[in-house]
Amino acid sequence: MPPLRRLYGRHDMGGLDLSFVSWDIISKFVLKGLIFSIELTIVATLGGILFGTLLALMRLSGRKALMLPATIYVNGMRSVPLVMVILWFYLLVPLLIGRPIGAELSAVVTFIAFEAAYFSEIMRAGIQSIPRGQVFAGQALGMTYSQNMRLVVLPQAFRNMLPVLLTQTIILFQDTSLVYAIGAYDLLKGFVTAGKIYGRPEEAYLLAAVVYFVICFGLSYIVKRLQAKIAIIR
Amino acid sequence: MAWDWQVFLNDDGSGRTYLQWMMDAWGWTLSVAGCSWVVAVTVGALIGTLRTLPNSPWLVRLSNAWVELFRNIPLLVQIFLWYFVLPKIFPFMQKVPGFVLVVVALGFFTSARIAEQFRAGIQALPRGQRYAGMAMGFTTAQTYRYVILPMAFRIILPPLTSESMNLLKNSSVAFAVSIAELTMFAMQAQEETSRGIEIYLAVTALYAISAFAVNRVFAFIEKKVQIPGFIVAGGTGGGH
Repeated sequence: MPPLRRLYGRHDMGGLDLSFVSWDIISKFVLKGLIFSIELTIVATLGGILFGTLLALMRLSGRKALMLPATIYVNGMRSVPLVMVILWFYLLVPLLIGRPIGAELSAVVTFIAFEAAYFSEIMRAGIQSIPRGQVFAGQALGMTYSQNMRLVVLPQAFRNMLPVLLTQTIILFQDTSLVYAIGAYDLLKGFVTAGKIYGRPEEAYLLAAVVYFVICFGLSYIVKRLQAKIAIIR
Repeated sequence: MAWDWQVFLNDDGSGRTYLQWMMDAWGWTLSVAGCSWVVAVTVGALIGTLRTLPNSPWLVRLSNAWVELFRNIPLLVQIFLWYFVLPKIFPFMQKVPGFVLVVVALGFFTSARIAEQFRAGIQALPRGQRYAGMAMGFTTAQTYRYVILPMAFRIILPPLTSESMNLLKNSSVAFAVSIAELTMFAMQAQEETSRGIEIYLAVTALYAISAFAVNRVFAFIEKKVQIPGFIVAGGTGGGH
């Protein structure tokens, strides 16, 4: 379409030319990456919350044999850049299991392990936000420790921490772009690949930024609404 | 598997050992982080203050937009934008060194987070502080300069500490545009020597040491600027 090209062409947009973009390219290169980014985010969130809750329970257990390893793990993970953790797992996991695993699978394992440390801090704060009386009430009813946690403490902790957990998930979604370091095919990589093939890398970066912004801005808007709603009920 | 720490004494092919290369890389990491920190705190304090101004809805909107823009795009993508996209749109930026572009990218990215902390810190102050400034006949600028900001700075020191440590860790993303910092060193040296575990261990230790040093420096500052009787724990502030 030459007229359109002239309108939005090289000179009018500071040298950027977005006319190469079509639905075909998006479904061929970008969609696969977007799906992986979303999958990685969901799996890492669920896995991270599960292991993070376990780590938080270990740290609050009052037993040194449980507290110490959990504390070392959480503080260790939190003092190292995510990119380094991604590189570590990509190097170590194949050595440990004796065969190479793909960048995508390595990314999933890494993000679960890394996010568990961050989710554990959130869950720890959530559990500590529950008044002691709730625990005592459970004990007075004759509940065991696990019943007390499962039926009384954790449901309330989750609810109190829901906005923070969701905010962490948005950060996690942004962080998935760092699998660039090991070449996993995520949303960013999808755009970069398309940009390379069509000789328009700058335009591809710009589009990637727009897509990330729309997704993250939308999600954080939803979280804000949710936060207001939860605040009213309480 | 046997350790081979000798690898750090090997020549990297340009007449320096891997150890020297790693120390240079550490220097780059600290320079990127340090320069970005100055940008981030300056811009973050400014934007965060603008967001709390009482009678300037457009400045508030503009600074809110700043925060949303820089908070909702991944850092890696922002670095690509500064490094590849903006120089193409504005040709004069092609002469700007890559180091400066990465510093601006990391600084602006972090400024959005620091602005959010400043806003929270200023709004945590009791409203009476502002009224007291007005009652003394201060202008808005004077109220901020002499009453609100000195308190807000102290309130946000704990979150600013962790954000500064985050900034240091985030500087690792600069590897993507070939800044010769620690992560870049780790990736390249791992490939050249295939002693990945030793290299990664050393780099990870340097990151941990740097983060710990940042933590200690801030703990020192916090103690130095502490006002007796003014407890800021929990960020609630106010001595009333």
